[in-house]
Amino acid sequence: MSLTRTLTVVAGAAGLLALGACTSSGGATGSSTASSSAGGPIAVKATDNECGVSSATAAAGTITFQIQNTGSKVTEFYVYGAGDRIVGEVENVTPGLSRELKVEIAEPGTFTTACKPGMVGDGIRAAFTVTGTAQPGSADQKVAKAITDYQAYVAAQSAELLSGTEAFVAAVKAGDVAKAKTLYTPARLPWERIEPVAESFGDLDPKIDGREDVVEEGLPFTGYHRLEKDLWVDGLKSDSPAIADQLLADVKTIVEKAKAVDFTALSIANGAKELLDEVATTKITGEEERYSHTDLDDMKANLQGSQSALEVLRPVITERQPDLVTALDQAFTGINQALDQFQKGTTYAPLTELTPDQVKGLTVKLDVLSEQVAKVPGVVEAGAGGTPTTS
Amino acid sequence: MTEPTAPVASEPQPASGVSRRGLLGVSAGAAVAGVAVGFGGGYATRAAAAPADEASPATAPASLDAPIPFRGAHQAGIVTPAQDRMHFVALDVVTKDRAQLVDLLKKWTRAAERMTVGAEAAPGGVVGGGPYGVPQDTGEAFGLPASGLTVTIGFGPSLFDDRFGLAARRPTALQALPAFRGDDLDPTRSGGDLCIQACANDPQVAVHAVRNVVRLGFGVVSVRWSQLGFGRTSSTSTTQATPRNLFGFKDGTNNLKAEEPAEIDDHVWVSTADVPGAAAWMAGGTYLVARRIRMHIEVWDRTNLQDQQDTIGRTKAAGAPLGKEKEFDEPDFALKGADNEPAIPVDAHVRLAHSSNLNGIKILRRGYNFTDGTDGVGHLDAGLFFIAFVRDPGKQFVPMQQALAAKDVLNEYIEHNGSALFACPPGVAEGGYWGDALFA
Repeated sequence: MSLTRTLTVVAGAAGLLALGACTSSGGATGSSTASSSAGGPIAVKATDNECGVSSATAAAGTITFQIQNTGSKVTEFYVYGAGDRIVGEVENVTPGLSRELKVEIAEPGTFTTACKPGMVGDGIRAAFTVTGTAQPGSADQKVAKAITDYQAYVAAQSAELLSGTEAFVAAVKAGDVAKAKTLYTPARLPWERIEPVAESFGDLDPKIDGREDVVEEGLPFTGYHRLEKDLWVDGLKSDSPAIADQLLADVKTIVEKAKAVDFTALSIANGAKELLDEVATTKITGEEERYSHTDLDDMKANLQGSQSALEVLRPVITERQPDLVTALDQAFTGINQALDQFQKGTTYAPLTELTPDQVKGLTVKLDVLSEQVAKVPGVVEAGAGGTPTTS
Repeated sequence: MTEPTAPVASEPQPASGVSRRGLLGVSAGAAVAGVAVGFGGGYATRAAAAPADEASPATAPASLDAPIPFRGAHQAGIVTPAQDRMHFVALDVVTKDRAQLVDLLKKWTRAAERMTVGAEAAPGGVVGGGPYGVPQDTGEAFGLPASGLTVTIGFGPSLFDDRFGLAARRPTALQALPAFRGDDLDPTRSGGDLCIQACANDPQVAVHAVRNVVRLGFGVVSVRWSQLGFGRTSSTSTTQATPRNLFGFKDGTNNLKAEEPAEIDDHVWVSTADVPGAAAWMAGGTYLVARRIRMHIEVWDRTNLQDQQDTIGRTKAAGAPLGKEKEFDEPDFALKGADNEPAIPVDAHVRLAHSSNLNGIKILRRGYNFTDGTDGVGHLDAGLFFIAFVRDPGKQFVPMQQALAAKDVLNEYIEHNGSALFACPPGVAEGGYWGDALFA
């Protein structure tokens, strides 16, 4: 997980030629305004069975390929990194067309070039060597700032989790069921915002947040959901105060441990995605809060946690894929508006009050968001190489 | 600069040596050509079949694995010789933003064209995004041949409301189908703003196409209903043998065939004169009628052979019209049997559906058999997913179905529980996208 690696596709082909621009002068694409640091574009002669790359090596930096298709099939040109990860590609190079591809490779290494006549198969491949090291991109500082920002967010949520749980536990121990019920949800919201962090401590998560089925794994049923069941279904029991004490102790431990977590841009991005997976698999299904039905409150907290994680990454994403930032903003707006219809004061309607059509409406918006958020880890980890910019 | 490198071409075909279909069994199409397909064996070819008009998009492909051209005057998947498998999906548009819808149609066109040549839905879609990227192609068709995939789009009447400014562009023939006698329609299996029909000779290829199309559409469209078809029930080309439906009878003997271009022009393609003015985008298109027809196969299976044959009006083994010997003999509706009753009963399906009894109405049928689990009371939920392509549904499908719904004795064994109508725009020209003339 190198934070310094920067592989970025700079620009697409210089232009979409008028179709049928089939001239012997090679079409009129890119006048190569940005000639590569290696000294001018590398010519690629692509036919139905050949891929002639005029140079098999280049210096790190912006590398420009000029692809001319003199064959009879539509072709594509790729620059691959290890494991066939795409560093850059240009597609739909029709016969007679000439198109340009620029890739930015900051570090030395061995890559692979490939023409793919007919668009299928492994393509006609050759090794391509990059030498030297380019100036690092500004994204590295942005990543470092994102990590600091996210640590601060987790610290703030941890503090809120601790104080909220202290109040909730006190009400349970005082036998005040009505008060405990009102404090249950606020105590859990910060938990739901940073759940992927908490879940990384495998043994504590089932103690704090396990459902009744943890007994199938030989564990006692403890934590928030045991108290949820007591409060909403069974009434407080003789061991409820002890369960509450244990919950608070476990929460204190996890808050302490959270301070020591090392985040990376990738782990923050993956956490943002995992929060939405939580919504899809445990909230919208009513699985999580099966006694209190406060799933929509949790869902809001999951969304807030996801959005906050992405907010610290915004400068990184903006630099590498600005379109994605716009799409994320729109998708968050969409689901937040859909969810907020069910807001009642400071809380949300019980999930059980929603009609199947209303649940479907939320699911549709969640799918929109999840598709976009799923793209973020690849973008922050690998630059645009993660989700190739096509030309 | 070093010398130009020109490595030897690798075969741009999927590396897989074993056809999925080879593992799954011999397709009906292979049987036509008389070529046995075995494990890892060569692909079936249709070389023995009659050659079709070279210029026609209906030209039989050289192999069941070969690609079928995506672009052309008409969309593929209509007069294309019917592939063995189908996955059909109806979608509702969930945005009110016309630009988003247009953008999706462009993305769909690109992905569909790629998939029809056997390529990933996006370049490097399976692994090219690297270990931390989400694959842009779902991968289950990676390495499979093109398998004759066609992807066909249609626009439902509901798309032409006030959301996208298309109300004035609606062709007059695109009207929601009327209710028919005996209909038992399930709204969750009916209608839709859009449809995508994916047909292929490998079910995995068809499902892959729909799955990736749906995925590209999140935020713009949402799945309304979906139907798998596991076996074609129509032949749309003289190069194909007539398949059987789940009643065990040959279906589509008298279907329109791609090799009859004049008939296809008369009965399938919308002409320029049909769609004057704002609806001119539809010229060269056709209307797709979809009906999910549940068959009470358990009841049918307890019906004796003579009753079955009298219901259909054809013999079960050969598919010959009753009173005749061969499948392609013309039915003689005046012919009397030994009992002096009509050889083909007055309420037989063939009689009621025949063009000679419907003022010359013909339709292009392209349906598929389905079995969707059970009905929950101990029976298979099986039947025919009927698809027909017509030039004007109100003049062709509607009167035909009204005649059948009123009298057809087959109604005792079937019920229509899903229904939809879509306008399939003409084919996509080079550089164009699905529906470009409509959104221009």
